[in-house]
Amino acid sequence: MAAGKEIKSQIASIKSTQKITSAMEMVAVSKMRKAQDRMAASRPYAERIADVIRHVANSNPEYKHLYLQERDVKRVGFIVISTDRGLCGGLNINAFKAMIKVMKQYADKGVEIDICAVGTKAGSFFRNYGGKVVAYANHLGDKPEVKDLIGIVKVMLDAYDEGRLDRLYLVSNKFVNTMTQQPAVVQMLPLQAEDNDGLKHHWDYLYEPDAKALLDGLLIRYVESLVYQGVVENVACEQAARMIAMKNASDNAGNIIKELQLVYNKARQASITQEIAEIVGGAAAV
Amino acid sequence: MAMTVHCNIVSSEEAIFSGLVELVVASGSLGDLGIAPGHAPLLTQLKPGPVRVIKQDGDEEIIYVSGGFLEVQPNMVTVLADTAIRANDLDESIALEAKKEAEQAMSNHNAELDYSRAAVQLAEAAAQLRVLEQLRKKTGR
Repeated sequence: MAAGKEIKSQIASIKSTQKITSAMEMVAVSKMRKAQDRMAASRPYAERIADVIRHVANSNPEYKHLYLQERDVKRVGFIVISTDRGLCGGLNINAFKAMIKVMKQYADKGVEIDICAVGTKAGSFFRNYGGKVVAYANHLGDKPEVKDLIGIVKVMLDAYDEGRLDRLYLVSNKFVNTMTQQPAVVQMLPLQAEDNDGLKHHWDYLYEPDAKALLDGLLIRYVESLVYQGVVENVACEQAARMIAMKNASDNAGNIIKELQLVYNKARQASITQEIAEIVGGAAAV
Repeated sequence: MAMTVHCNIVSSEEAIFSGLVELVVASGSLGDLGIAPGHAPLLTQLKPGPVRVIKQDGDEEIIYVSGGFLEVQPNMVTVLADTAIRANDLDESIALEAKKEAEQAMSNHNAELDYSRAAVQLAEAAAQLRVLEQLRKKTGR
């Protein structure tokens, strides 16, 4: 019965793993609901400010802001948002892959790349991958706040202002639904005007106090809101992805336990049969 | 029926107000602004203070914003507030305390306190009190 004992201890260890994964699943479910609410609450602001920015980009301002001008691309910046912890399926890797694809296009053209990492996973991944990480923020927790992000956003925007960066991308996961999270690489700066709008005639805002100060403030706020929205959405994605991953892990553990139990029972039965055969054989010999 | 324009007031935490309004009164960085339907496109910064909207049915709602931006488009008005609180949810005692605290911090020069932060706090607290004053006038009538 030596093999039986081994199988038994294996079953016990898988059972305890299953307990952990199912507990993590339940934690992720409850956290996901809150994260989804938070994401929904901050969405109106992000949508409205995007509307305003779209209007600004389509207007014919007296003052053309730096963030609205296309420049020759010599160096690109990426703000990449990831989770702090693992065990959430392919969430981070999918986003990194999408980003590396874009990075490669630039690298082939000889464009240099700066990375701003949000989340422990992005930090360690891109340090190993060989990217130049210029800013790094982690441990934002389940309730990220705008003030935690202002610092890193400022690093990238300052670089952009000084001409050290010519383009700025945001890499994050979009929350489609609980089952699907879509990695997205979005160009934040310079802003791209859409030409399909019906507002193409020459018009401009009245600015109070003046266009420069106003647009400065507004555009910085816009970038911050994009990054914030990305982070909040990523938290919801993380919990959803973890929930699915842990559910799969629990299910798989259940299957393995079933199989092992079968093997164990067979071994037990075989050893009992053998014992009986030995006894019967022994009795017949007497 | 009076002319109306669509108005959205959002803060980074939530959507505060959305609907048709006859008039929006906000405190811009250069002074108070009244926006009626048909206003020219305008973009301005907001000071801490009240945003008063007169709704389609003539009802009035007062919302406190701690600063932000106001955008006017031909068919809609958008207020992007840093933080916004409905006037009814403001707490006078907290505002008064914050004001006192800020004044103390500002008069207390020997302490290396952040002067600008105290000034901001004072402006916000004073604006909140102004909103409460307005609200009281409205309900008292």
